[in-house]
Amino acid sequence: MLWDRLKSFFGGGPRNPSGPLPQPALPGGVRSGARSQSAQRQTSLRTSRGLEEFFHHIREQSGLTILDLGGASQENVSFITNLGHRIYSENFLRILEEVFGLSDTVDQSNPGRIEYFLQQALDYQEGQFDGVLIWDSLEYLAPPLLAAVTDRLRKIARPDGYMLAFFHSDDKQEAVPLYAFRIQSVNTLELVRQGMHRPPQLFNNRSLEKLFGRFESVKFFLTREQLREVIVKT
Amino acid sequence: MWNKRRDEEQPQPFSPPVTPAPQAPAQIQPKKETTAVSGIPVGRFEQDSKVGGTATIGKAVKIVGQIHSREDLFVDGDLEGTVEALEHKLTIGPNGTLHATVKAREVVVLGTIQGNVEAADKMEIRKDARLVGDIRTARIVIEDGAYFKGSIDIVKPEPAKAATKPQPQAASAAPTPAAAGADTKR
Repeated sequence: MLWDRLKSFFGGGPRNPSGPLPQPALPGGVRSGARSQSAQRQTSLRTSRGLEEFFHHIREQSGLTILDLGGASQENVSFITNLGHRIYSENFLRILEEVFGLSDTVDQSNPGRIEYFLQQALDYQEGQFDGVLIWDSLEYLAPPLLAAVTDRLRKIARPDGYMLAFFHSDDKQEAVPLYAFRIQSVNTLELVRQGMHRPPQLFNNRSLEKLFGRFESVKFFLTREQLREVIVKT
Repeated sequence: MWNKRRDEEQPQPFSPPVTPAPQAPAQIQPKKETTAVSGIPVGRFEQDSKVGGTATIGKAVKIVGQIHSREDLFVDGDLEGTVEALEHKLTIGPNGTLHATVKAREVVVLGTIQGNVEAADKMEIRKDARLVGDIRTARIVIEDGAYFKGSIDIVKPEPAKAATKPQPQAASAAPTPAAAGADTKR
């Protein structure tokens, strides 16, 4: 029992049946820590209605400014810039690890550290972004930091902008997969699985509505991979 | 008549050599006639002269100020200030650290840059490279494992190139990754 817990926490998720794949150069520091050495790269393609909805709103225009919190990846940069938009890359989880450590959720309630983190990760002007790709970054935040981050996101996104966030929907899971999200098309994502992580909290529709209560609107897409996709209008 | 011509030609071997004069050194060292000056093998010299050569700033060198380069530049040391190699390629080696504003035709980063980068033709951020700043370029390659924080602006190629290749507009209308603005490389 204890071994299973440790195994799941330190990235011992289900093994790829096809055998070990080449160790990737991981995009995020959090995802490239000691745990990921034992983690194996597993990729899968999935249809994303949330992504489709996100691009539906930004595709008709050009010259928009998009913030990608998943770090810089060739696929995302290519796709966004080919649409004629400007992309900002921010490796949110890497900064989270640098400031707090991945599993240290206790200190995520320290106001001084929260402010420092916001300066490091989300130090942008108000209304600077037309869209924000949050991916699953918010799942790794304890409630005080989460509240501060969502508040900052609301400020740096312009009114009528859109944000895309993912949340695991299975409340019974002790650990959830770590993913890197690579855009393949307007409605297709490549998920690069890089181990497992135990999030500080899991969300249901009600808690998400509460989390984004100050935003203009929230729209959910429940998928077969137990990932809840959320489109938030600012 | 035929004999007359032959008679006129005959004295020539006795006249002082006119054309061989510049080759006098070659008569002394005939094997070095093309390499006597530089000592570089012929093939390499020709190749370098075509490329324009590459200036190198070694890893034990620190420079504070402005660099304007009219040849390719490889920086493996520390540099603060500005770097301009508008018609050439700038490579930041794995030990290179730049706190600088960079403008070049092509920029390849294996080390660290903190500052804004403008690469008219192409930008490459290699694995393990670290770049904090804003990028303006026509094409960009980001390898997995690179750390980048900042914005990326893909600027359209120069009008002359755009006139010959009208594809970028079509690509932006029907976006496919790595079709126009950026390369895909893993």
